[in-house]
Amino acid sequence: MDAYIEGILMLSGINLIAVLGLSLLTGFAGLFSFGHAGFMAIGAYSAAICTKLLGLPFFAGIAAAAAVAAGVSWLIGRATLKLKGDYFCIATLGFGEAIRLILDNFQGLGGARGWPGIPPHTTLLNILILDVIGVVLLANLVRSRHGRNMIAVREEELAAKVAGIDTFRYKMLALVISAAYAGVAGALLGHYMTFIQPKMFSMVKSTELTIIVIFGGLGSISGSVLGAVVLTFLPELLRAVDKWRLVVYGLAVIGIMIGRPRGLMGGFELTPKSIRAHFARRREERAIKAGQAAEDEAFSGGEDGKGGL
Amino acid sequence: MSDILRVRGLTKRFGGLAAVNEVDFDVREGGISGLIGPNGAGKTTIFNLITGVYKVSSGTVSFGGQDITDLEPHRVAGLGVTRTFQNIRLFKNLSVFENVLTACHASASYGLADSLLRLPRFRREEKAIKDKADGLLEILGLADRKDAIANGLPYGLQRRLEITRALALDPRLLLLDEPAAGMNPDETEQLMRLIGEIRDRFKLSVLVIEHHMDLVMGLCEHIVVLNFGQKLADGAPDAIRGDKRVVEAYLGGGDQ
Repeated sequence: MDAYIEGILMLSGINLIAVLGLSLLTGFAGLFSFGHAGFMAIGAYSAAICTKLLGLPFFAGIAAAAAVAAGVSWLIGRATLKLKGDYFCIATLGFGEAIRLILDNFQGLGGARGWPGIPPHTTLLNILILDVIGVVLLANLVRSRHGRNMIAVREEELAAKVAGIDTFRYKMLALVISAAYAGVAGALLGHYMTFIQPKMFSMVKSTELTIIVIFGGLGSISGSVLGAVVLTFLPELLRAVDKWRLVVYGLAVIGIMIGRPRGLMGGFELTPKSIRAHFARRREERAIKAGQAAEDEAFSGGEDGKGGL
Repeated sequence: MSDILRVRGLTKRFGGLAAVNEVDFDVREGGISGLIGPNGAGKTTIFNLITGVYKVSSGTVSFGGQDITDLEPHRVAGLGVTRTFQNIRLFKNLSVFENVLTACHASASYGLADSLLRLPRFRREEKAIKDKADGLLEILGLADRKDAIANGLPYGLQRRLEITRALALDPRLLLLDEPAAGMNPDETEQLMRLIGEIRDRFKLSVLVIEHHMDLVMGLCEHIVVLNFGQKLADGAPDAIRGDKRVVEAYLGGGDQ
């Protein structure tokens, strides 16, 4: 395969993992976060410490990345999840920037200049395997009572509470799982680039993840997959238009949001069952239309045919 | 009959205003009780205090002999007290079935690992709660709307769905906040019958806030009247109907 295409595919696969996590938090539990790049950074540095400094195997680094990111998110959640929607969002923004600044100033891990020489363990294959595991686990989760409780929090928090759902606990669960996903994505990114720098995990990265989730459609896993692939490829395809590419990227996102405010897949899932149901509906609609057309024709006696509008 | 809910000296102040002031009343086990009073009398505030949505300023609430004052709403629900809302609060974008299924969560106990890995326990319990949700929809007459999105239901059915969702928790005490609001006399009549049937079938106690006097007088065995946050009267419908202070509060009276 063309190394360039392979590279973009790997980046989409890595982004996808972080996006899946954020999709759980934002799309299903209804909490917006603008600090998820912070969890990616924690994952990237934790994994790099494991493989580069401690000489542990890659999978141990990935596991550590997930665990440390999850642990930190738990602490953040304890402090901020009591806050109402918008305030939580602002708190995550502050957290993301704080992590970046701490890493900028921590010379032991390269500081702002970055940390080179991380072993190149990430391959297309291990990304794909983790993508599949990530999608399967998430799909299983959202279609369980735990997932439904998270959705209930998003839909109507007060009603969820009086229905016996511990809303704090389920917000926390969504946050911790989504941070673990982001941690894994960070670990993969570090071992793909072989170089990590705090700048890579700035607010721009967090915003990019959120854009992908919304672009793909809140509450849709297939939307997140589609969003991650399309929005990672798009800027690359747009290299032809050089310095205008980010403008075009922005316009494309705006266009989609105007045309489909609920995102590409908003609320729908691409499963064999839903595809069959869609085509069954289309056939039905066509049949009804055909029936109507026949009726119209009979009514007008076929004299003046269709006519204009 | 014993009392399932006991409210003593219940007070809630918002700043200087006492929305509920030193209110005492009991709800009898297996009975249907009514909570009535003019607008702003503090009826919904009392529901919010019982279910833990608001913290009390003073006083106690006990349920089945257990003190539940200031317990978190989900814990109160877990003990068997659940409610509906005056301005219906459904999981709007979910289907009728999903609304009820979500509330069935407490009937299953499989853990996170069971659901992530689809272990046998997940399948078994998930099937059981799906059957339960189906059964409830059948009983409440919503089975044919199972896949409709909650938000798109006609108003009367949204109320019915909210009651169904509350029943999914297997409550021992059901608090209904103005269930007949916005309903025509026919629908109100139907609702009265429904509340009676629910009580008999699910063996629970009901406390209902209502403005429709017909509904309250016809349905409740015991009525508590509130005015300006204070209890005005407490007793059987006939006694309440004849109570001078109640008539005054509702119709406005001259000065003696």
